[in-house]
Amino acid sequence: MLEVKNLQVYYGVIQAIKGVSFRVEEGEIIALIGANGAGKTTILQTISGLIAAKQGEILYGGVDLQKIHPHKIVAMGIAHVPEGRRVFSQLTVYENLLMGAYTRTNKDEIEETLEQVFTRFPRLKERKNQMAGTLSGGEQQMLAMGRALMSKPKIILMDEPSMGLSPILVEEVFDIIKSINKSGTTVLLVEQNAKKALSIANRAYVLETGNIVLEGDAKELMNNESVKKAYLGE
Amino acid sequence: MNFLTHLLNGISLGSVYSIIALGYTMVYGIAKMINFAHGDVIMVGGFIIFTLMSTLGLNPFFSVLAAMIVCTLLGMTIERIAYKPLRKAPSLAVLITAIGVSYLLQNLALLIYGAESKSFTSVIPVKALSLFDGRLSISGETLVTIPLCIVIMIGLNFFIKKSKTGRGMIAVSEDKEAAVLMGVNVNKTIAITFAIGSAIAAIGSALMFSAYHNLSPTSGAMPGIKAFVAAVFGGIGSIPGAMIGGILLGVIEILSRAYISTQLGDAIVFLILIVVLLVKPTGILGRKIQEKV
Repeated sequence: MLEVKNLQVYYGVIQAIKGVSFRVEEGEIIALIGANGAGKTTILQTISGLIAAKQGEILYGGVDLQKIHPHKIVAMGIAHVPEGRRVFSQLTVYENLLMGAYTRTNKDEIEETLEQVFTRFPRLKERKNQMAGTLSGGEQQMLAMGRALMSKPKIILMDEPSMGLSPILVEEVFDIIKSINKSGTTVLLVEQNAKKALSIANRAYVLETGNIVLEGDAKELMNNESVKKAYLGE
Repeated sequence: MNFLTHLLNGISLGSVYSIIALGYTMVYGIAKMINFAHGDVIMVGGFIIFTLMSTLGLNPFFSVLAAMIVCTLLGMTIERIAYKPLRKAPSLAVLITAIGVSYLLQNLALLIYGAESKSFTSVIPVKALSLFDGRLSISGETLVTIPLCIVIMIGLNFFIKKSKTGRGMIAVSEDKEAAVLMGVNVNKTIAITFAIGSAIAAIGSALMFSAYHNLSPTSGAMPGIKAFVAAVFGGIGSIPGAMIGGILLGVIEILSRAYISTQLGDAIVFLILIVVLLVKPTGILGRKIQEKV
């Protein structure tokens, strides 16, 4: 459903992404793993239109996303949970969730999705009227995921969802990602926590300084010697 | 009784500063720029009302309504032509452009209306109120200005807090990229902000010129700067801040003119700005903005 072909992205004169190609099939969880600065976040931001690519194509259902206005991409079924959560701290939990449904117009359907999100994240329901800025890191991550789900996405891009969370919360977040995927949403996951990412992914790509150096079945990559050494700390 | 009169005049002037300051603070919050041409939009509003009312003899209500429409379009046009192309430019370039637009508007008005100041007829039909056997007299302008400004502020607050567009505005002001990810059209949101700020400025213009009567091409500059001071005073980017800052500033200005020195009124206003910025650089209600490194 999503195919990235020969993507090249520059920050000024520095080339951050040096010709990356990968694809995501419907229903999959795809992990992009790699060290800090490998270009994982840049790839997601380019897909969402926040950064313009110098070359290459990002095909989504046959359409090149680069020709679409960035604010119209979410309405096509692509939601992005950004690195660092980036919830709107001056809005309440409820208002943040409504922001997630910004491009949707049917009030009843929005209400229905809201109920689903509250079922998935009961904590958000408890804190419905609390300012998002006062939530803990874990709760903010839940809110960022809930907010993304409010757009009823076909594919969800997740950028470092486990960053800065305690081991128990990391466990919880990955369980949630799995269950989001089970209910029919494709997931493109960017993670530094390679072990966790590979444990839930179908396939994975290993990114090193703007290049994909390895790709394949997640289970196989987990047993790959060089992956073990570089990313799994074994 | 004298004190009460001065206080009411101060609140009245201050509430006009407040609603003008809303334009500065909203634009700053959302586009992170100071629109120095905002004051001159007030002047344009004044001339529109003057022309329609005094020259063409139109009804004051329709004149103000027309001024609101013209100012809204003017604000949006300024944004579209002068500021939008500079979205990614350094803030200094935007600042200089804003000053350029300000001079452009002033000189266009000079070209059309000449330098001589016009006598602006009040648009407010309300008669002055005399209380306590005439010891306290409240002008019709004050009677209308204070409640009207309060209604505008409450209305705007309600719009921003409760409407979808308003939420979009808060989202853009806090995190543009995250707002885009939600599907917010940032350019449209900025245009709406300019439109609202300019429409409110037109009302401010009608109220201010009705109370002070003098209208010339540079008439917008001083109230514009003072409203800007009010916005900074209250905490730039904060809407309640603009309201509090504006009213405080108006009261301080009128009281210092009355009790300290007529000539030093403006000096005292700016002195207060300097002191506030030294003591609390973010203003009364301003929040510290944490830049992501």
